[in-house]
Amino acid sequence: MGRKIVMSITGLFLCSFLVVHLIGNLQLFNNDGGEAFNIYSRFMGTNPIIRTMEFVLLAGFAFHIYDALVLTRRNKAARPIGYANNHPEQNSTWSSRNMGLLGTVILVFLIIHLWNFFVPARFGGLEGVVIDDVEYENLYLRVVESFQVWWYVAIYVVAMFALAYHLIHGFQSAFQTLGLDHKKYTPFIQMFGYAFSVIVCFGFAIIPLYFFFFFR
Amino acid sequence: MILDSKIPEGPIAEKWDKHKFDVKLVNPANKRKYEIIVVGTGLAGASAAATLGELGYNVKAFCFQDSPRRAHSIAAQGGINAAKNYQNDGDSVFRLFYDTVKGGDYRSREANVYRLAQVSVNIIDQCVAQGVPFARDYGGLLANRSFGGAQVSRTFYARGQTGQQLLLGAYSALNRQIAYGKVKMFPRTEMLDLVVVDGKARGIVVRNLITGQIESHSAHAVVLATGGYGNVFFLSTNAMGSNVTAAWRAHKKGALFANPCFTQIHPTCIPVSGEYQSKLTLMSESLRNDGRVWVPKTVEIAQRLRKGEITVNDIAEEDRDYYLERKYPAFGNLVPRDVASRNAKLVCDEGRGVGSSGLAVYLDFADAIKREGQPAIAAKYGNLFEMYAKITDENPYARPMRIYPAVHYTMGGLWVDYNLMTTVPGLYAAGECNFSDHGANRLGASALMQGLADGYFVLPYTIGDYLAKMPSDKVPTNHPAFLEAEQAVAAKNNKLLSINGTRTVDEFHKELGLIMWDYCGMARNAEGLTHAKQEIRKLRDEFWRNVKVTGVGEELNQTLERANRVADFFELGELMVDDALNRNESCGGHFREESQTPENEALRDDENYAYVAAWEFTGVGNEAILHKEDLEFENVKLTQRSYK
Amino acid sequence: MAGSNPNAKPMDLTLKVWRQKNRETAGQLVTYPMKGISPDMSFLEMLDVLNDDLSVRGEEPIAFDHDCREGICGMCSLFINGRAHGPERGTTTCQLHMRHFNDGDTITIEPWRAAAFPVHKDLVVDRSAFDRIQQAGGYISVNTGGVPDANEIPIPKIIADKAFDAATCIGCGACVAACKNASAILFVSAKVSQMSMLPQGKTERKTRVENMVAQMDIEGFGSCTNTGACAAECPVGISLENINMMRREFISAKATSENLA
Repeated sequence: MGRKIVMSITGLFLCSFLVVHLIGNLQLFNNDGGEAFNIYSRFMGTNPIIRTMEFVLLAGFAFHIYDALVLTRRNKAARPIGYANNHPEQNSTWSSRNMGLLGTVILVFLIIHLWNFFVPARFGGLEGVVIDDVEYENLYLRVVESFQVWWYVAIYVVAMFALAYHLIHGFQSAFQTLGLDHKKYTPFIQMFGYAFSVIVCFGFAIIPLYFFFFFR
Repeated sequence: MILDSKIPEGPIAEKWDKHKFDVKLVNPANKRKYEIIVVGTGLAGASAAATLGELGYNVKAFCFQDSPRRAHSIAAQGGINAAKNYQNDGDSVFRLFYDTVKGGDYRSREANVYRLAQVSVNIIDQCVAQGVPFARDYGGLLANRSFGGAQVSRTFYARGQTGQQLLLGAYSALNRQIAYGKVKMFPRTEMLDLVVVDGKARGIVVRNLITGQIESHSAHAVVLATGGYGNVFFLSTNAMGSNVTAAWRAHKKGALFANPCFTQIHPTCIPVSGEYQSKLTLMSESLRNDGRVWVPKTVEIAQRLRKGEITVNDIAEEDRDYYLERKYPAFGNLVPRDVASRNAKLVCDEGRGVGSSGLAVYLDFADAIKREGQPAIAAKYGNLFEMYAKITDENPYARPMRIYPAVHYTMGGLWVDYNLMTTVPGLYAAGECNFSDHGANRLGASALMQGLADGYFVLPYTIGDYLAKMPSDKVPTNHPAFLEAEQAVAAKNNKLLSINGTRTVDEFHKELGLIMWDYCGMARNAEGLTHAKQEIRKLRDEFWRNVKVTGVGEELNQTLERANRVADFFELGELMVDDALNRNESCGGHFREESQTPENEALRDDENYAYVAAWEFTGVGNEAILHKEDLEFENVKLTQRSYK
Repeated sequence: MAGSNPNAKPMDLTLKVWRQKNRETAGQLVTYPMKGISPDMSFLEMLDVLNDDLSVRGEEPIAFDHDCREGICGMCSLFINGRAHGPERGTTTCQLHMRHFNDGDTITIEPWRAAAFPVHKDLVVDRSAFDRIQQAGGYISVNTGGVPDANEIPIPKIIADKAFDAATCIGCGACVAACKNASAILFVSAKVSQMSMLPQGKTERKTRVENMVAQMDIEGFGSCTNTGACAAECPVGISLENINMMRREFISAKATSENLA
């Protein structure tokens, strides 16, 4: 049960990261040729607190993924012979039974995403741009260019669907795992979790679509 | 043989306390040198095993189910009596004692019943301390309800699952001792013989139901808590596995069997629906607190109902005969079980029964629902109503339930003295498998009380008295007595497996059950019983020539398990008939048609039959020998029971 | 007969039943055609009929666990058509009636599947892991005698009722069978929360939850992913709330107990 608690705490932590990340990304809609976004991106890359949190975030992912692997192995071992005829759809939701699959999709996406944006932003490889006499790395340009490619946009949209389903179960599940359950509050948590998952993922998915359709 | 009940001297209220002081004690350091075998893990067995373990004895507990938690005590619904007088309605130890002796139609032993009433109050304390979630009132104190045969509310309950909650309480106490290593648990293990060495019970032979292995276990004392034998009727409210085998094989090794014909037919069961039926389902008698029992007033209406020309709700109020309320105004629908059952049979015999078979009466909650509202009724009986709906596919909130009596409990059992010891020294019997406390009829909510009284509060004292007087030397399981018993068990199994006949075990069991129900059921007469005895013998002979038992003995073989049990039911069935034939009086659940009042009530014959009939085994096919223990009533006046 | 519906017609069915000689041998599904099954039969009575037929033909009957046949002992099991205790909610197999199936149906019957519940034979599994979990702490340590009067400690009715609801678990193992991870958490939590709610059980609440959860893990049950399948398939409606209550117990015990292991 200890590992489940780690899963839920790291999961909720990662949810909080999503909010920060989404709010930052809203700079993309500023219609200022990327000025605000590039300043924000510099801030994120240099602020010591943010840099520290980056490691915490990395650890959060690492624990979340490692525990998922350990638990999945144990769970598989708990039923070595499966049922010939099984109808789990009649007693549980699809997303609750497929957190591992959804998580894997998200992980693959994450690697692509980091490779395309994070790695060049952090380790160099972006063009420069001058804003108010200061040279910035033009991450904004990378965003615009990337989202002109239809299949790249498709990957993002699919990944955000996976993330939404992962969160729809994961968010309220994390509260349960921590024992935070009460007749009065649980319905709210469930509703909030649902709304959170849909809104956040919609917010992320809208970015590539926006650039694909309105930024040709 | 002279039956010595070993009832202590003195006034009835002081007997148990005096006896507890008089019994010998085993020094705490010496207790660990003694081994005690407990067979069966229902209320009596689990509570005995746990308590004996707590005292420091080494206990081995056995059950045939896959877990001790599944013993059939778990199915008891209604409640457990205790003379707490929490309701301030005039209850007392003496009243519970009095009601129980009267309810048993004066065929039980006063001293045992008084002790039962005395310790009843400790049981409730004990169970609450274990975490048994009894029903409570809004003030947080324990709730009570009334039950058949009593005019006070003394029944403690946990919705309709009291037996389950009490058994899980005892199971938890047992688990604690298993964890401490004081009790060693053997589930899926069935006792197939008792081992007697130098006249004393010194162990048992069992079959491991998974591997089929025959094994011996040695001990200083053996407790049988193996339940009742209602399954001799095939159809009963007992669990499918409930059987008489352990008790019967002990009987064949010298333990007398008392009052075998005293069986209780429970009035509120779901009627039989077809030939495939494997068991009957009881609905708690507590339903009679609010439900009203009735049948149509005339045979004509009943006939039209059975044909489906009218439905139950078409029958006008004045055409309904609430026969229990009419005949017994004082107790109404709460008359004791035997009275309620017999009256159901009477009205059905008159042709006024309902349901397509005509073998059912109505139990109607319309008035109660009108009075208290459906939610209140659902809160009290919700699970029972659900169960009824599940089985019959009918909604009992909208139309009355159909009920019919079914075999439920057996008051008879191994004869025991005041210490619960059988006629084999060192062999004890507790709970339903002994005969001691319920006479010819058991009152509702008294079975749970007796099981726990025996296990928690009686046996732990009385066994100590026996062990204190014997050396702690062990008998090795390679002693000739063990080997001989093992061989006999193996030979019997092999015989059953080798017959390879044409009829299944269940076919024989059903046929035996029908004979018992027809001739030794709710009403009995000399002619029928004599006929039944011959029929049973004939069928038993055929069984041993023509039964088909598939598989082998050295593995899980449920057919072999059943065959062994049915073989014993055949022998028991004959003894039940003998006992019913011998007892030419009506009392409690035993109704001899030759002995009734002009109003068709049971007519006792205290002059000739105020005794316990204890039977000695003399060999299959031989006549059993009757021993009598005269019953003396010093505190309760023998009267014709009247619930009018 | 009394309980039968006159419109109910006998049904023909095809059964696919898991047959396995013993723990060591591999098993397989075997097909048995069935004719003339009454809709008023219970599921187990239908198997009785099949077993009688098999016996007469000299074949070995199908081994399956059952005892009380009134839904309370928890002995019956069976994974029927992909569902623990069959298609009806809130129902044990012994209380399942054939009227919930249709003429011509194929019915697959498998044993509970879990590493912690090895198959003894055919449909009979070993659930002793459940007993060992209870032995690890599913009790209140009081000896017989010497306890206070039953009415000494009032318990609010709402608490007593909730404790009762948790205590109604019949230990059948359907929760494990239905869970995609074969987790026993619903079973364990029912006992933990029953006892932690009652004043009598509070004394040992920390060690109880630690020990029972530890034993649950030792037995090889999977972990809980909050799919809710266990409660959905529980024949007696044990609530998921119990699981969350046990987690609170567990977290507070781990955070505060003196047990350093």
